[in-house]
Amino acid sequence: MSLHATHRDAGKVTVVDLSGRITLGEGSALLRTTIRGLLDDQRTMILLNLADVDYIDSSGIGELVSGFTAVKNRNGELKLLHLTKKVRDLLQITKLFTVFDVFTDEGAALRSFD
Amino acid sequence: MGSDDKHLEVTLETQVESVNLAEEMCLRMAEAAGFGEDDCYRIGMSVREGVINAFHYGNQERPEKKIHLAVDLTTDKMIIHVLDEGTGFKLSDVPDPLAEENLLSTSGRGIFLMRAFMDEFDVVPGKTGGAEIVMSKKLPAPGSASANGEGGQSAPQQEA
Repeated sequence: MSLHATHRDAGKVTVVDLSGRITLGEGSALLRTTIRGLLDDQRTMILLNLADVDYIDSSGIGELVSGFTAVKNRNGELKLLHLTKKVRDLLQITKLFTVFDVFTDEGAALRSFD
Repeated sequence: MGSDDKHLEVTLETQVESVNLAEEMCLRMAEAAGFGEDDCYRIGMSVREGVINAFHYGNQERPEKKIHLAVDLTTDKMIIHVLDEGTGFKLSDVPDPLAEENLLSTSGRGIFLMRAFMDEFDVVPGKTGGAEIVMSKKLPAPGSASANGEGGQSAPQQEA
């Protein structure tokens, strides 16, 4: 299953709803172009909704980190919402759970950008 | 090898599609061998990472080079070999992705994931040059919680 991405505005925050797999090739590339596109539009407060992402490989992890850094370099914030168990486990063993702000509630996630 | 052992060997092109193909082939073998859902996920991920390593680091994404995948299914474990046609590397030269200075690196987690997800993992010099990743997963005992589609054990945890 390839990756699909749509985004919606919630005030100053852009919520990106992702579904599928973030893996080497199209999945990672789509995540990269989505984040870069938002930054080009001056949308620097980004919440990635990973509720329907059940698989990420090392390439996908690298793309998440790359996006996090790119947003931070623009004085913005990139946060994560609704991790599936596999993705949460992956971020925990790679210690990235301590790097990203991770939320289980969208309202709380949106408020955290204030 | 015993008479019931199974052996699969394929030569893959150095292209992104080979990663999915290798994962799919090994997943089917793992499912047929009786591995549960969690172990299949770990085996599939490890094969992906092994082939990504061969594709990107070993063969430098050069299409004239090949990736050699072999799977042995013995009475007690599944053994996976991924051989590239690069210049080889030493495990000791691979940076630790958990080190503070590497946490925000955009690459370098493949070896770590294979080590975490498989029971045995090593990198040896290939017979024809390059690097050969050799990794294995012990077959679940018949009727155990990790066999035949049940979730079984959770993902390995690392000390923070």
